[in-house]
Amino acid sequence: MPVTRNINIWNRLDKASIGIFLLLVIIGWFNIYAAVFNEEHTRIIDLSQRYGKQFVWILATIVIAVFVVVIDTRFYFFFAYFIYGFLLFLLLLVLFVGKDINGARSWFQFGTLSLQPSEFAKIGTALALAAYLNASRHDLGKLTVFMISVGIIILPALLIVLQPDMGSAVVFFALFIVLFREGMSPYILISGLLMAILFFFTLIFNNTWLAISLISAALVLAWIITRKWKLCLLALGILTGMSLLVYGLNSLLIKSLKNEHILLISVLLSGVIFAVYFYNKKAISLLMIYLFLAGSLAFVNSVNLAFNNLMQPHQKERVEIMLGIKSDPHGTGYNVNQSIISIGSGGFSGKGYLQGTQTKFKFVPAQSTDFIFCTIGEEWGFIGSFVVIALYVILLIRLIMLAERQRSDFSRIYGYGVVSIFFVHFFINIGMTVGLVPVIGIPLPFLSYGGSSLWAFTILLFIFLRLDASRAEYLV
Amino acid sequence: MKDSFINRKYIIMAFVVIAALILLVRLFVIQVVKDTYRLSADNNVLRYVTQYPARGLIYDRNKNLMVTNQAAYDLMVVPAQVNNIDTAEFCNLLEISVSSFRDRMDAAINYSRRAPSVFLKQISAESYARFQEKLFSYPGFYVQPRTLRKYTKPIAGHILGYVSEVDESVVRKDPYYKAGDYIGKLGIEEAYEKYLRGRRGVTIYLVDVYSRIKGSYADGRLDTVAVQGEDIISTIDMDLQEYGELLMRNKSGSIVALEPLTGEVLALVSSPNYDPGLLVGRIRSENYSKLSADTALPLFNRAIQAKYPPGSTFKPINGLIGLQENVIEPSTLFGCNHGYMFIGCHSHSSPLDLIHGISNSCNAYFCQVFRRIMENPEYPSVEAAYVKWKEYLDQFGFGQRLGIEFTNELTGLVPSPEYFDRYHGKNGWKALTIISMAIGQGEIETTPLQMANMTAAIANRGYFYTPHVVKAIGTDIKPDEKYITKRTISIDSANFEFIVQGMEEAVNGAAGATARIAALKDIIVCGKTGTAQNPHGNRKDHSVFIAFAPKDDPKIAIAVYVENAGFGATYAAPVASLMIEKYLTGEVTNKYSEQRILDLNLIAGD
Repeated sequence: MPVTRNINIWNRLDKASIGIFLLLVIIGWFNIYAAVFNEEHTRIIDLSQRYGKQFVWILATIVIAVFVVVIDTRFYFFFAYFIYGFLLFLLLLVLFVGKDINGARSWFQFGTLSLQPSEFAKIGTALALAAYLNASRHDLGKLTVFMISVGIIILPALLIVLQPDMGSAVVFFALFIVLFREGMSPYILISGLLMAILFFFTLIFNNTWLAISLISAALVLAWIITRKWKLCLLALGILTGMSLLVYGLNSLLIKSLKNEHILLISVLLSGVIFAVYFYNKKAISLLMIYLFLAGSLAFVNSVNLAFNNLMQPHQKERVEIMLGIKSDPHGTGYNVNQSIISIGSGGFSGKGYLQGTQTKFKFVPAQSTDFIFCTIGEEWGFIGSFVVIALYVILLIRLIMLAERQRSDFSRIYGYGVVSIFFVHFFINIGMTVGLVPVIGIPLPFLSYGGSSLWAFTILLFIFLRLDASRAEYLV
Repeated sequence: MKDSFINRKYIIMAFVVIAALILLVRLFVIQVVKDTYRLSADNNVLRYVTQYPARGLIYDRNKNLMVTNQAAYDLMVVPAQVNNIDTAEFCNLLEISVSSFRDRMDAAINYSRRAPSVFLKQISAESYARFQEKLFSYPGFYVQPRTLRKYTKPIAGHILGYVSEVDESVVRKDPYYKAGDYIGKLGIEEAYEKYLRGRRGVTIYLVDVYSRIKGSYADGRLDTVAVQGEDIISTIDMDLQEYGELLMRNKSGSIVALEPLTGEVLALVSSPNYDPGLLVGRIRSENYSKLSADTALPLFNRAIQAKYPPGSTFKPINGLIGLQENVIEPSTLFGCNHGYMFIGCHSHSSPLDLIHGISNSCNAYFCQVFRRIMENPEYPSVEAAYVKWKEYLDQFGFGQRLGIEFTNELTGLVPSPEYFDRYHGKNGWKALTIISMAIGQGEIETTPLQMANMTAAIANRGYFYTPHVVKAIGTDIKPDEKYITKRTISIDSANFEFIVQGMEEAVNGAAGATARIAALKDIIVCGKTGTAQNPHGNRKDHSVFIAFAPKDDPKIAIAVYVENAGFGATYAAPVASLMIEKYLTGEVTNKYSEQRILDLNLIAGD
């Protein structure tokens, strides 16, 4: 049994975090008011309007926050898996009884109130991950530990993909930041980033040249490491010969292979010859380069397949528009185009509160929810945008500092979970409004209209603030 | 326990900060560096609705309305708002085909889904009345009122000009105009466009994403009110114009009548002509093509564009110059033996003095005069004498645009000495080389307007005002300086008296006078016949007559051309006479002559 001390929890809650939380919620409410403002409804509390509802949800979220803080920390610790499991069950349930909105079953409808379980699933996942890594002494060097951790993250994401709601699913991958902090090999993170880059390159550039570039890069890398240019030339010769052979076979017999397929097959076949060398000379680094090359080529080959077969047409279009492959300012690109116009037209100091014409006249769809940042950008300008971004950065840095001062691994890991989720929402949401990131509909924490997201983010934050406040209770 | 990964917190923090910096740089670029987005936002939300003013009206000199406005309606469409309409009923109401509906819709969508564009131009008031009742059931359509011209009588097309949509070249040059605006073309409409058009007003509205108007922009401070165009009082006498056009029906030719004292154009007839009402509204372009293709050239304004040799109507000028240059006196006698050198003459008594030379239109007389002018010992050479002679012609406005408001006025031709040099070599030409000009033939070309103006100058005994068709603009706009500036000819008015006498004699004189057919009972008409050689081979010559009346208080000066009608006295003189009587008395007494002219058809079967 841990030894506990009785401390006044309320005094020990982190004031800075709560301050920023309240500021963001208030900023959010004022901008929702601006976004849905019209002359016929000027009363502040008008339940027929979104700002009126948001007001109620803000009051509710404060009650929820108090409730979260009152609960004993041990509850979160011991019930982490249970909460995770319960939310997985809800994600499964929503697929059957959920309400169809815009072609996705993401919502439970209770009378006038609708709840989105995917928002809450993040809490469960962060808790479960913290509980698991805490129990396993967070040895992420072990493959099983790593795989189970990844499983904890992927499972809810997969269920959310089935709704389908790609945007909310993507958020879960943010939890890899937690794994990184807890000892996951940085190569995995780097590989992930490289894969993301390679993904976009595959869509933008000619795949044959991309494959050739990758092979050249691998050969140059091999030369840098070994400084044996004859060896590299030999490898080049083998690859070229093999490619010509496969190319010839394809022209004569198979006839259906594309150039990038031929290059992948050639690299794989050449691998047999290379393997002898790697084994004899114990050339681990060359083996790694080879594997990396083969992996990249396989990835390039599968991206097109995945892009064309797995992604929804609208998601494909969004990606293509962000990459500049397609331009369609009146169709799919309309949101982003109008969003950038709104923010851009705000100028340095903004048009003034309730003066944003883009905002007032509803040029940006989903402006009170996913595109709430447009209102800030238009009416408060660069100054307002800067303040909001600064608040998030301060909050995130503060939460990292809080996480690092935890005595319990569970608390720290959970803290990083909170940081990761906030961070990915913050970056992707604002990034999509300014056209840096494809449009995936995820809310901006505390600012976007919506009860589910506000409550989920509040619970996520306050569990951690509660853990932090009572960190002294455990003298482990 | 030992945490070997604690330093990774810095990497994560750096990650957060770098991500935030990326966002801030992007925000800085779109919010502070680029300023195109503000414009885009304005374009989104500001809708400029033009208020088209009514065009100014045009009256005749007696304040009778000539040109007024009628309402027409442009049907506008905002494609994004169109939904669920009964296409069949819609097409039926507007009398368009379903395929035309689709074409127009496609064109509108092509232009913009969200901005309004013209769907159907100039719906008539009647169609509009029927359509309006149903307008509510066609979301996305609305009507923009415009005004079209309406003519009280189907006359004076050449004088009035017409109104049509601006050309792209004008839109590019003049920022006032936008594509789809109307502009005056030719005639008074073009010349006084600046006054007639008024000033467009603009109301700026804020619209939401559905193009619904949400209120006025900046409380209407930037809106402008449409100002109606200025009314114009023309110098034209509608009754005279109408009568002139009636007389010239089925004939080719022209009548120009001026008020000598002021240079005001009383009537300007070019025949064949067209009904100005044909060039209004939706039927305009179709009719315009038809008129353009017509071989009778109804769009050709003979009064200011046709170049004829003046013929004998030119003789008074040579008489005047002879007198002024002191190479003849009124009493100078010249004999005539049926002509002079190779130029023939008709039978008349001989010899004649100047006055009878004019009244009998003796070719030989004026050849002698012309020769004396050219061989005047005062000047070192024929060329110098010719230059002096041309100077007088310049003063009369020959060989140049007189300066009437119409931009399509032509200059005619008075050859320069260099012109003859080119054909005959320097000093290679003498008086006899160019002797045809003595009797208004040869190289010289004049327009009917120039001849009418010459007549006015003779009537005034030595001066004229630039002919013009507009008397007054609006209530307090000053007329153009050039129309109230007297242009004096450097020939003594005493010399004019002799010429006037000759012209009086030509109409009212005893036997041998050429234009007795033009005489009126109580009015002394002074006139001169002419026969302009038809340069087109074997066709009959043009019948020409110039006249003014009354002799001592000239109220009207007139030039009449009837093409292919033969000798000047035959048809042109009676036409002029009828016009003069009509203008001065309002009545025509010589019904026989009138009927003879009306019955004359020189076009049919020609």
